[in-house]
Amino acid sequence: MLAFTIRRLLEAAVVMLTVALLAFVLFRFVGDPINQMVGQDTSIAEREELRQRLGLNDPVLVQFGRFIWNAARYDFGISYQVKRPVTSLIAERFPATFELALTAALFAVLLGIPMGVYTGIHRDSWLSKLFLSVSLVGISLPTFLIGILLIYVFAVQLGVLPSFGRGEVVRIGGWTTGLLTASGLKALILPAITLGLFQMTLVTRLVRSQMLEVLRTDYIKFARARGLSDRAVNFGHALKNTLIPVITIIGLQLGAIIAFAIITETVFQWPGMGLMFIQAVQNADIPVMSAYLLLVAFLFVLINLIVDLLYVWIDPRVRIYGREA
Amino acid sequence: MMAEPPVLSVRNLRVEFPTRRGTLLAVDDISFDIAAGEVLGIVGESGAGKSLTGSAIIGLLEPPGRVAGGEIRLGGRRIDNLSREAMRPIRGKRIGMVFQDPLTSLNPLYRVGDQIIETIRTHLPLGEREARARAIELLTEVGIQGAERRIDAYPHEFSGGMRQRVVLALALCAEPELIIADEPTTALDVSIQAQIIQLLKRLCRERGTAVMLITHDMGVIAETANRVAVMYAGRIVEIGPVREVIQSAHHPYTRGLMGSIPSLEGTSDRLTQIPGSMPRLTAIPKGCAFNPRCPLAFDRCRVERPDLMAVDHSLAACWLVAREGAEAPR
Ligand SMILES: Nc1ncnc2c1ncn2[C@@H]1O[C@H](COP(=O)(O)OP(=O)(O)O)[C@@H](O)[C@H]1O
Ligand code: SF4
Ligand SMILES: [Mg+2]
Repeated sequence: MLAFTIRRLLEAAVVMLTVALLAFVLFRFVGDPINQMVGQDTSIAEREELRQRLGLNDPVLVQFGRFIWNAARYDFGISYQVKRPVTSLIAERFPATFELALTAALFAVLLGIPMGVYTGIHRDSWLSKLFLSVSLVGISLPTFLIGILLIYVFAVQLGVLPSFGRGEVVRIGGWTTGLLTASGLKALILPAITLGLFQMTLVTRLVRSQMLEVLRTDYIKFARARGLSDRAVNFGHALKNTLIPVITIIGLQLGAIIAFAIITETVFQWPGMGLMFIQAVQNADIPVMSAYLLLVAFLFVLINLIVDLLYVWIDPRVRIYGREA
Repeated sequence: MMAEPPVLSVRNLRVEFPTRRGTLLAVDDISFDIAAGEVLGIVGESGAGKSLTGSAIIGLLEPPGRVAGGEIRLGGRRIDNLSREAMRPIRGKRIGMVFQDPLTSLNPLYRVGDQIIETIRTHLPLGEREARARAIELLTEVGIQGAERRIDAYPHEFSGGMRQRVVLALALCAEPELIIADEPTTALDVSIQAQIIQLLKRLCRERGTAVMLITHDMGVIAETANRVAVMYAGRIVEIGPVREVIQSAHHPYTRGLMGSIPSLEGTSDRLTQIPGSMPRLTAIPKGCAFNPRCPLAFDRCRVERPDLMAVDHSLAACWLVAREGAEAPR
């Protein structure tokens, strides 16, 4: 188990280094940051002096080393655009994205799993067919279209929910939360549904197909032959086996939710990291862009790690292999 | 002395599958009894309807399969017409089931002890600790050493043979009056098969449990069963005391099956196979279903279907029996 964890940690470190290299290389070719930072009338000498100060004249390897060293200490430099530390920009934006992604993920899981289980057990009921038709919509429509449709219906036509922003937020220490005010909660609904709908349908379909498969297995038939109640069979024996592959997918999708938040945040003008990234791209704000990329990659890797460990914890068969490894 | 009703009594059981191309009759009008302490062997090639008969008795036919006719009585009381809810306490409590593959019969995510305790507590009014003590007793009884320790192991930590012992413990944990064992040794190593069969035999003899032992291994039948029913294409074609069926079978199909018992010394491993294969349910031949493969078939076999007829201590569904001037068809 320890060896397994250490191996996973090493793998995670390799992934992070690779992403760092990508972020570093990619953004060196995005454009000259100096042009973005200074006005038309800045002299060549002044530009050169700025270039020197930012370390842009050092050898590439030195620049990369510095980049890694700083990133490892959670220092991504100063935003070219707003001239403030990138980390403090992130600290401002992170809560918005986190709360949105978490709500979307909860929406996807808390609705997707029961719907999947229901449609798996009651294969032929009309409600199952309704769920599956609705989930087809969620799978086939692109995120931005769903967002716009929701805005049109609930904000424009019915006027019951806001179409942009976070509503009123409360500041607790360094964290701003929209979860404590009515307007903050209302503002969360449409973006969270938009962001989580695809994952919700994915979870539903995945749980359903797993459930159907598990219900056909010998040990389920044997469990029934032992006279266990339907509840014990469906929710004890079947569901637990169903959830093993589902956990992996949910974990990966959590990463996807954070990444896809860019689109949702743009549609709803949600002041999170995704919106920050879009603005950074428009202004070739390299430190912000690379910080965002690294952070998202880090979250991906972290979630993966947690999923792996969770897997080992749930499935005794993997637990053995993990111990041997 | 007035006889007790048999533990299991099956009368004219029919199981059918409605399909797009008509209804398939997978079990066609079969009848048999099993008394307490008796082992009835059910043999026949794969697809003969043996497993479906077992599933029908315990009420676990997979839809769209359904019991289309006949009666199933357990201890004299009908159980084929019980509701789902009324049937559930009978499964596991009064009828225990053992399936073919011990590797897949146990839920891989639960400790074997938890699966046994769960079953015990479903059927018996025991607390967690008493149930656990009983589970350890059962595991010891089926021959698992160090049961106090092994009870907390997961299924994958047991070998195939040991897992089948666990499955036996599970089937026996509420002391059922009937055990349906569906090819309990087919998936096991040959060296272990005999041990499991011996164990099953001993446990059931001690408890007076009736056993329906499904297998296509005539060797197992010869060693274990009191009576044998031979199934072919959904029907029983011969049923009788094990001695008689093995040594002087009346039905050509049964004789063909007997030819496939490996010789005792193991010197000859040549199996006398019956040429051809069992018809599919969609294409059951007119007359005797066995006639295309039967070396003794004659005209009548191709037009008229034989029913079971009494001969010696058995019943056999073959026109030869009638021709040889045995008792009248019944
Ligand atoms: N779900 C099903 N639909 C149609 N036919 C089935 C189904 N399940 C089983 N059968 C048919 O029923 C027959 C008997 O099956 P089974 O009882 O499993 O045979 P066996 O004697 O090998 O245990 C087989 O011919 C099989 O094709
Ligand atoms: S009835 Fe005819 S075909 Fe059928 S088993 Fe007897 S002899 Fe063979
Ligand atoms: Mg079978």
